Amino acid sequence: MQTLEPMLAEQPFFRGLKGEHLKLLTGCARNVRFEPGDALLKEEQEANEFYLIREGKVALEINVPGQGQVTIQTLEGGEILGWSWLVPPYRWMFGARAVEPTRALSLDGKCLREKLEKDHDLGYELLKRFSHIMGLRLQWTRMQLIDMYANKR
Amino acid sequence: MPINADIAEDNTSLADPMLPVPFRILRVRKETHDTFTLELDPVNEFSFIPGQFNMLYVFGTGEVPISISGNPQKPKTLIHTIRAVGTVTEAMRKLKAGACIGVRGPYGAGWPVERAIGKDVLIIAGGLGLAPLRPAIYQVLSNREKYGKVAILYGTRTPEDILFSRELEQWRVKFDVAVHVTVDRAVSKWRGNVGVVTTLIRKASFETARTIAMVCGPEIMMRFVAGDLRNRGVSLENIFISMERNMKCAIGFCGHCQFGPVFVCKDGPVFSYDRMQPLLAIGEL
Repeated sequence: MQTLEPMLAEQPFFRGLKGEHLKLLTGCARNVRFEPGDALLKEEQEANEFYLIREGKVALEINVPGQGQVTIQTLEGGEILGWSWLVPPYRWMFGARAVEPTRALSLDGKCLREKLEKDHDLGYELLKRFSHIMGLRLQWTRMQLIDMYANKR
Repeated sequence: MPINADIAEDNTSLADPMLPVPFRILRVRKETHDTFTLELDPVNEFSFIPGQFNMLYVFGTGEVPISISGNPQKPKTLIHTIRAVGTVTEAMRKLKAGACIGVRGPYGAGWPVERAIGKDVLIIAGGLGLAPLRPAIYQVLSNREKYGKVAILYGTRTPEDILFSRELEQWRVKFDVAVHVTVDRAVSKWRGNVGVVTTLIRKASFETARTIAMVCGPEIMMRFVAGDLRNRGVSLENIFISMERNMKCAIGFCGHCQFGPVFVCKDGPVFSYDRMQPLLAIGEL
């Protein structure tokens, strides 16, 4: 039977990981697909997984009273969705919804947390990769906060 | 069509460079809630280099520098796209077809469309920055076979602020141009990209060693874009930005637009980033 390991290995986020670590991650992964409008994450719910988007488009959004769902960012193929599974209180701050038909790999955060507590090498490796993404997203958010295109009189 | 970088020199009124020439407004077109385009009749042909600007004078109100946003290969109409942001541009917005406006120019150094021949071209615009880049886009696309890969990356505030949306769509459907658009924020009915303009760079295909990037938008946006391009291996001398400063005389006499050792009106407004980076790091400038 074909496993998800080759699929995982070809994703930039997992590139360069040791074979044993890829195997371990594969044990927590499953293939998922979403139709436009399907929710991948819901605000305030427990964060027990993350997604590696293979193709399609996902909107990260928050419900703003008076404005409805406001999209903060869209993510596409090759990008990671969700890091709240990694740090307490393991709860989503934002929702995520498929904008286009989307295929992804879902990784079980609960399963991974247990494995990372035992294998600190993999834990450190994944943390470095997630930190890079978190840093980028922080930088992008700061740029959005500047509101650089605003009509400044 | 041939690319001629030198033709615009002849347009500058050397006899009295401070004297505006009255041009009649042929058409006023609303682009977004705060942006509009003026189509002017230059009577004679008006030649310019993509990236150059004119001083536009609303009689009795004042004069402002505005980039030319039209097609350099259609010199019978002079086109400016303007954001109503102050007294003069608000007055311009109220002008109707048939009214007259004073024009001095064209002035300044333009985009390196000739230097980019044979190379991959990245055109990265933020907000109203698409207007000064549009002449360069026209020129590159009308000589498409002379360039390598061409990508147009455009970021703006919201979907309602997207400039030249119809043209972006026309460029997007061409097979030999990649067009990516993103907005900083949107409500859920928007199905396009949301995120800052730098997130589009990874979508574009280009060879860093043979890429010319032309970047225009708010200064902070250009700094982030240039930083991202540098991190990907594009050398700073191949990144070009268009600077905006308080240009008054437009011929390097008055010093209002002096930025360190350069006059933005005369030496720019387009500069290579390696020249500007040290100056942009000085907060007092």
